[in-house]
Amino acid sequence: MKKRKIFIDGIFANNAAFMLFLGICPALATTSSFMSALGMGIAVLATLILTNVVISAIRRWVPNEIRIPVLIVIIATTVTIIEMLMQAYMFDLSQTLGVYLSLIVVNCIILGRAEAFAMKNNVLDSLIDAVGTGIGFMLGLLALAFAREFLGTGGIAFTSLLTGQPIWGFQIIPDNYTIGLFQESSGAFIMFGLIVALINFVVAKISENKKKKEAAAKAAAKLAAEGGK
Amino acid sequence: MQFLLMGIGAVLINNIILTRFLGICPLLGVSKSNSSAFGMSLAVIFVVTMSAILSYSLYMYVLVPLKIEYLRLVSFILIIASFVQFVEMFLKRFVPALYKSLGIYLPLITTNCVVLAVSLDVVATDGGVPVYNFLNMVGYAFFTGVGYAVILILFSFIQERLINNKNMPKTFQGSGIALVTIGLLVMAFLGFAGMI
Repeated sequence: MKKRKIFIDGIFANNAAFMLFLGICPALATTSSFMSALGMGIAVLATLILTNVVISAIRRWVPNEIRIPVLIVIIATTVTIIEMLMQAYMFDLSQTLGVYLSLIVVNCIILGRAEAFAMKNNVLDSLIDAVGTGIGFMLGLLALAFAREFLGTGGIAFTSLLTGQPIWGFQIIPDNYTIGLFQESSGAFIMFGLIVALINFVVAKISENKKKKEAAAKAAAKLAAEGGK
Repeated sequence: MQFLLMGIGAVLINNIILTRFLGICPLLGVSKSNSSAFGMSLAVIFVVTMSAILSYSLYMYVLVPLKIEYLRLVSFILIIASFVQFVEMFLKRFVPALYKSLGIYLPLITTNCVVLAVSLDVVATDGGVPVYNFLNMVGYAFFTGVGYAVILILFSFIQERLINNKNMPKTFQGSGIALVTIGLLVMAFLGFAGMI
């Protein structure tokens, strides 16, 4: 039960991009197309899993005073490995992501989870936390990228992550009616703001409904009690 | 003249926040008051310039001769982190007044992507030849820092108005409207494109 909660919290309640506002730079920069967002999501997920597991495994031997430099070196090494792997096997994708791939090092999500979770919990819990947080971040990226590419180009084009060849795509909105703004950098900010507002709206509605239900239950209980008298 | 063009380019046209989305977390967090925006801006300009100089020197004179360029990420982040720590200790000991005003922003800078991004930018090569010589590199780093500072301060003034606005829809309060505002700011700065 506890493990399930760690996993679910990472995806929804503590969603890195939309709830905690961590790692916004890559979320805005790499979401102009659906596939580059997917690539970035996978890169972050892989880094998060590796760093969380390694850090959690060695946490007993890291002196508290120098933990930040130790964490940073582990993270930087992991990112270097992933960057090199991507350049070898997914060259087009690594060119598209460019400097943002290296900048995963200073992505607050990675250091944040390492410091807040992996330093205090066992390896299995850290792994679950990494997968949950990573998937949550990836879903956030994909939602943003979907909205931007769909409104900006009228459809979604799927390409192979390994070779960059187009696989399949669809277009629903005709070319004359697409909103090119959302492919630009200003559209990225505006779309992100709109999605944040939408999430706030949904969260407020859910808690309002909960309150109403509780109030109704209370009133019913009171009525029942009075009826009993 | 060359530096003037470089400055205009880095501040108005290719602003690092507005066109490359770097350093947005502090923009949303720190810019809620003017005084902290000023403090953060000064700290960023200084750290960006100095860490670019250090990283460039390390890359060109140590990593390249030893053929271990792939270690640049690890070494740069270590340089930045230890430099920030060093500045913090130095200011605390010798310039307590400045330390008091910058103190809390300095540790935050280590994880500001602008610093690492500029350090990675200045060692970029074009077909095996370095893009920046030493002087150009210092200019580029300094003006990029200034560009960051300009937006941070500009946005802090807007943020004060946004926070005090009582007619804001509830769902947009806080980060939602801040992000939309940055989007509009980007559009305004698009007007400078093509100036050079």
